Amino acid sequence: MSGLFKDARFFLLLAIAAAIGVSLAAGSFNRYYLGIAIDVGINIILAVSLNLINGHTGQFSLGHAGFMAVGGYVAAKMTLLYGAALFLPALFVGGVVAALVGLAVGVPSLRLRGDYLAIVTLGFGEIIRVVFQTSEFFGAATGLTGISKLTSFAWAWGLAAVTVYVVACLVNSTYGRGFIAVHDDEIAASAMGINPVRYKVTAFVIGAFFAGIAGGLYAHHKAVISPSGFDFIKSIEIVVMVIMGGMGRTAGVILAAIILTILPELLRGVAEYRMIIYSLLIIGLMLTRPQGLFTISRKK
Amino acid sequence: MSELLQQIINGLALGSIYALIALGYTMVYGVLRFINFAHSDVLMLGAFAAFYLAPVLAPTLGAESIPLAFAVIVLSAAICACIGMLIEFLAYRPLRSRPRLTVLITAIGVSLFLEFAGQHEKVFGAATKPFPALLPNADAGFGALHISSNDLVVLVLTAVLLGVLWFIVQKTKLGMAMRAVSFNEQAAALMGVNVNRIISFTFGLGSALAAVAGIFYAMRAPGIEPLMGVQPGLRAFIAAVLGGIGNLPGAALGGLLLGVLETVFGGIPSVSNYRDGIAFAILILILLFRPAGLLGKTQIEKV
Amino acid sequence: MKRALFLSLVLTLIILAGCKQGGGSANEILVGEFASLTGKEATFGQSSHEGTVLAVEELNAAGGVLGKKINLVTEDNQSKPGESANAVNKLIAKDGAVAILGEVASSRSLEAAPICQKDGVPQISPSSTNPKVTETGDYIFRVCFIDPFQGTVMANFAKKTLKAQKIAIFTDVKSDYSKGLAKFFKEAFTAAGGQIVAELDFNGGDKDFKGQLTTIKGAGPEGVFVPGYYTDAALICIQAKEIGLNVPLFGGDGWESEKLTEIGKQAVEGTYFSTHYSPDAGGPKGKAFVDAYKKRYNGKLPDAMAALGYDSAMILADAIKRANGTEGAKIRDALAATKDYDAVTGKITINAKRDAEKSAVILQVKGGKFAYVETIAP
Repeated sequence: MSGLFKDARFFLLLAIAAAIGVSLAAGSFNRYYLGIAIDVGINIILAVSLNLINGHTGQFSLGHAGFMAVGGYVAAKMTLLYGAALFLPALFVGGVVAALVGLAVGVPSLRLRGDYLAIVTLGFGEIIRVVFQTSEFFGAATGLTGISKLTSFAWAWGLAAVTVYVVACLVNSTYGRGFIAVHDDEIAASAMGINPVRYKVTAFVIGAFFAGIAGGLYAHHKAVISPSGFDFIKSIEIVVMVIMGGMGRTAGVILAAIILTILPELLRGVAEYRMIIYSLLIIGLMLTRPQGLFTISRKK
Repeated sequence: MSELLQQIINGLALGSIYALIALGYTMVYGVLRFINFAHSDVLMLGAFAAFYLAPVLAPTLGAESIPLAFAVIVLSAAICACIGMLIEFLAYRPLRSRPRLTVLITAIGVSLFLEFAGQHEKVFGAATKPFPALLPNADAGFGALHISSNDLVVLVLTAVLLGVLWFIVQKTKLGMAMRAVSFNEQAAALMGVNVNRIISFTFGLGSALAAVAGIFYAMRAPGIEPLMGVQPGLRAFIAAVLGGIGNLPGAALGGLLLGVLETVFGGIPSVSNYRDGIAFAILILILLFRPAGLLGKTQIEKV
Repeated sequence: MKRALFLSLVLTLIILAGCKQGGGSANEILVGEFASLTGKEATFGQSSHEGTVLAVEELNAAGGVLGKKINLVTEDNQSKPGESANAVNKLIAKDGAVAILGEVASSRSLEAAPICQKDGVPQISPSSTNPKVTETGDYIFRVCFIDPFQGTVMANFAKKTLKAQKIAIFTDVKSDYSKGLAKFFKEAFTAAGGQIVAELDFNGGDKDFKGQLTTIKGAGPEGVFVPGYYTDAALICIQAKEIGLNVPLFGGDGWESEKLTEIGKQAVEGTYFSTHYSPDAGGPKGKAFVDAYKKRYNGKLPDAMAALGYDSAMILADAIKRANGTEGAKIRDALAATKDYDAVTGKITINAKRDAEKSAVILQVKGGKFAYVETIAP
């Protein structure tokens, strides 16, 4: 057990060091590719955090973009009001507020299964979007503009490494086995003394926290955020990454996030067919390999 | 007071359309236990089918006339019934034994495909197209209340269709088979019901209703485009849940109720900008406090 | 799984390391354009793109600019937030564009503006009307008027020409263009002594407005200002008539499109809107543009976005000529010095805030066509 942790921590530090290294050398890299790479880092955080809710704990959430929105708006508003030096605290506060929203969404959704849960989370995601769209404090339809571009490669990938580390350690721990137990059979789990309520809500809260962080990074990368960027199409894009990676397989999900971020850029040549290809990909994947592209059989 | 009455009339016409779409959702959920995300796009296809058929049939049947309207509606419904059955056969049937979530995602994929393929220049194009008038539109109101003849047609035809549907489901053998399959698929199969055929039929029926709803929708707002089904589809789904998913009268009731609520709330100045959110708020409230819906029965999960 | 993350990091490093600044070839001028060619606002992006392409084709047919042909590279942002940044990054950092044309929507222009400003690449927006766009920096320009001006124009029109005291405003709450225009209209109208009797909202793309329209009718306005886009405007006019709301409806430049009359038919007869140009007001240049556009695009009539897309490209070309070079700073200075440029959408002077100073025209729908009513100078 301890060997695993030693291994994990080493890689975490190595990943963070490498990320910082790339950032320092950022000047010599082409900004277009750097921008895409940062997008990838952010999407990894989103996919891994959703994976905790969808994949590991088996709760189908279609409103992840809502948590991302909360984190993004809160963090951006903070740096806009109080200055760019507050970047890290702003990200953190964004994550915490998103986690609180995750709590608010998770608790009522407890009794719902499968399809119903999906729809309720979609509904929550839309409500969050409508709230931001009407709130003048958050810029209403225009959104927030002029956000400082503080997200560097180091931040995006460093935090991605942290997210992966936290989620992986969580799930692999004895406590974490509870998530998988709830996923497999909730009633049996509760008969074994595991409180499914606690696990489900924890999954939502932690997943939402990291989605909020991703949102903050996103806002400080694009410099502009608006409500229409956090609609349910965005949620579905994240869901597709989790599905493609194989629900519950962190490594697969990371790879899927990378591929699905880079692919649209590569397909710029056939831009008008981009979404058509994307939707066919979803259908094809489900018909042929619903367990995901990268799943290896899980140890029982 | 007359304003409220006017709002209710407005809302009923809108609600009828939601009811027709909601019926499709609820029927499919009843037999397959899954939410067909692509249903809202069949609505769009119905409107487009009518768009292309109308000018072709108008010379023979007369522009803006009852025969034209009738022919266009029936033909579009038939086309969409076939499309619905085709989608079921290609995309959902192979996944019959898979977890529900897999099919749900496939449905999302089909929906996105229809929308984005439709937006492509060579298909429908993203621009809004003017929907041809199928019937002459006149003000059929009395006194201070206004109702367009189109809205009146929608209300009447919806009532007729609901009646026909009720008849099919309650009084025919096909309907009985549908109810059997939605109650217990395996038992129905053991009793000699051709489950595949019933499911196909359900999809066909639901899609036909969606097509009619799409045409009605386009009659009230004569601008059609490939993404037009998204909003009404979402609202109709909420209506189906409101009434109790799997429950046919519930879907109809939910649709009418949602249409009225949305219209009445939309007319209140400080609330009108939340109109989008109102439907979702209703959804969440229902699922929290009465997940079985207004007319549904709570299901006890057996271990 | 840490291994997977680490591996991907290494992969990314390898990809990045290999790529450096791209550039256009020596005997052409690479101009980048980003637009919403697909997605929710595809019609606007496609219109503006068609106008821009027409302009570039005409310029190249006449020998190009400074002897070089213009290479227009267009990137789609799918009407999605977040995509414009990638598109513009690619155009500047990978393709080496010397100038950027775009975008129609203010929010997407605002996404690209900081990038263009930082890189010293001039950006010209054809029709973003939010004041914040050009406030981003001195490399950002637009060839259209801004919302404060247009709002005032319509407010004065409502007061003086329509002689209305009480107006209701029906805003598209999803569109920052609509909200901005509504806000400035309200300020100007109340300042001129008028009264806003009702303010309601709708969501752009909605198809049912009767709930709100009934309430508006109940407030007894003498006119309704609908600062939205043509599809919604047409449907609103239709449904207004259906519930018996028979006062004049009017709007801003978002109304301008042949689709307004195509969809609205009888219901839009007699309505008014402000816009950038009219073939009748614009003189021979406007007419020539309409004819060329019809010829190039199978008889389609251009809308305001198309005309502005055309003008943005033409003004850029003019600035490059005057700058006698393609360095960012030189083009910027030339653009800033644009005075009385004879564009399709009127005489354009770029003011100190890098917005276009030009007249607005008011049109009325008569007999299915747009009839010229009056011109309002800034």
